[in-house]
Amino acid sequence: MAEAFVQNLVFGILLGALYGLAAVGIAMVFGVTKFLNVAHGELLMLGGYACYWLFTLYGLDPFLSLPIVVLFLLVIGVVLYQLFFVRMVKLPTEEKIKNTMLVGFGLSLILQNVALLLWSADDRGITTSYSAASFTILGIRFPVVRVAGLVISLVCLFALHQFLRKTYTGKAIRATVEDWEAASLVGIDVKQVYLLSFLLGAALAGVAGALVSVSYSIDPSMGMGWTLKSLIVMVLGGLGNFIGTFIAGILLGATESTTAFFIGGNYRQVVGLVLFLLIMVFRPQGLFGKKEK
Amino acid sequence: MRNLKIVSIILLVVILASLPMVIEKASTINLLILIFLYIVLASSWNILGGYTGQTSLGHAAFFGLGSLATRQLWTMGFPILPSVLVGGLLAVAFALLIGAPAFRLKGVYFAIGTLALAQILYVTIGNVFPEITSLPVEDLINYQLTPRYYLFLGLAVLVVGVTYFLVNSRRGLGMMAVREEEDAAESLGVSAIRHKLLALGISAFFTGLAGGGFAYYHVSYYYQFPFAPVWSLDMLTMVYIGGSGTILGPIIGAVFFVVLKEFLVLNVGEYHLIVFGLLFVLVVLFLPGGIISIWKKTKDAFNRRSKSNAVKVSS
Repeated sequence: MAEAFVQNLVFGILLGALYGLAAVGIAMVFGVTKFLNVAHGELLMLGGYACYWLFTLYGLDPFLSLPIVVLFLLVIGVVLYQLFFVRMVKLPTEEKIKNTMLVGFGLSLILQNVALLLWSADDRGITTSYSAASFTILGIRFPVVRVAGLVISLVCLFALHQFLRKTYTGKAIRATVEDWEAASLVGIDVKQVYLLSFLLGAALAGVAGALVSVSYSIDPSMGMGWTLKSLIVMVLGGLGNFIGTFIAGILLGATESTTAFFIGGNYRQVVGLVLFLLIMVFRPQGLFGKKEK
Repeated sequence: MRNLKIVSIILLVVILASLPMVIEKASTINLLILIFLYIVLASSWNILGGYTGQTSLGHAAFFGLGSLATRQLWTMGFPILPSVLVGGLLAVAFALLIGAPAFRLKGVYFAIGTLALAQILYVTIGNVFPEITSLPVEDLINYQLTPRYYLFLGLAVLVVGVTYFLVNSRRGLGMMAVREEEDAAESLGVSAIRHKLLALGISAFFTGLAGGGFAYYHVSYYYQFPFAPVWSLDMLTMVYIGGSGTILGPIIGAVFFVVLKEFLVLNVGEYHLIVFGLLFVLVVLFLPGGIISIWKKTKDAFNRRSKSNAVKVSS
């Protein structure tokens, strides 16, 4: 019983790392640009399919193809940004959030149906020669690909953190979050910062999608569920703290798996949502966010 | 001018009411029923989302609850109208239950919170009632479209009428004040939470009634289906396509939504959702006030021209 519980919890945490990674992407975009890109889950889906096809058609190892997936998502990101999102940069914040959300709904409808036409509604997943491999510690099984997913998520998070702390561009992004007008006064090109943040979000979605296709499965309609999870984790963690966001993702994964263990798999989503609502109502700044003055 | 308006509205309703006697084709009646259903949904959503400025992504919950209560009562043998009414009241009860905590959330957080709420119901109902609900055989034999048509027409007229009177009342002005600037409204003695709750209650009531109509109209469906998030998204989509915070906007949006989708299904087949998504994005980007703003813009332009002409003449 105890062992099965811990095993279950480990799986939950490993999945939660991907929630965290997806949420860091959407939070990156929202935090900097105030674009609520609800098509984030669809970007994830595209990343998953890119990885899947590189593996299926060209036999490319899914972990080695990650840079190509990121490149692909950067191209998609530039196209979506220049065609649609750039037009909403100058709107006042409330309008911007609302309009980007509406455009996002439209885009998610488009992308989802394009994927459906191109690749059918089948569930797909990548099965490599090492997909079934796992190691055991204290009787708990750790599947290699899922652990690799956690490690890659942590590497992405660390790289993002260093980028934002140490580089000039990263500091420009943080300055823009604090006060975009002041940032533009000291010579920061705010438009470039917006584009860059959007692209970072898309790239993170791509990586998360690829990791999902390796450890779990993908299908054209997966986007909505992932967007909802990402939004929940973003709000749970509280804005302005990516490490908090990531931890919130792991907490959600752990909560879901615990629920599935005690109440049954049918309700795993429900308990996560209830928890989310309670935290939103009683601690609106999120678990790790600072209280607004 | 005002009398002309009233007369033309009455005329329109009379024409719509007499259509089932003229039209033989069931598919046309079905299309009209669908349009009325979506008018009710869009107009209800508009009371909260358009006039009070609270973007809800959880209206599917009210629609689903209305359908659930109505379907249960009606198939147990209760007459349909009271059953639909109970559906609406159940939706209101739920709305008032969740209203106070939900309105602690502002803006986008309210949207995500209501989406999460509706999702909880969607999953739970799917677990509790995993089966399809089908009408019993004797109901199927007696199934007629005409009473369904009148129910939906009646609901559509009712919700549009209520919106009209609400918007022109003190309460309606309060709602719009809350939408524009909550703090300023509060400082003038307009209680934001009361107006939000009132708008939510009315909006949920009509959405619940629409759910009741859905339960009366559809022969068989999964209990879970009316709770699906797509209903909430459709309401929001229609209101923004037509023009949010106006009386005609949601009507135009609903007609446009249903007719365009039908047209696209027939003409571009499996591409129809892609084309629809693209059109929606274009409307949001280039017509932020919705389709109705075209009319307003041309009217303004016309007025300006006639005014400048008048100035020329007088000088």
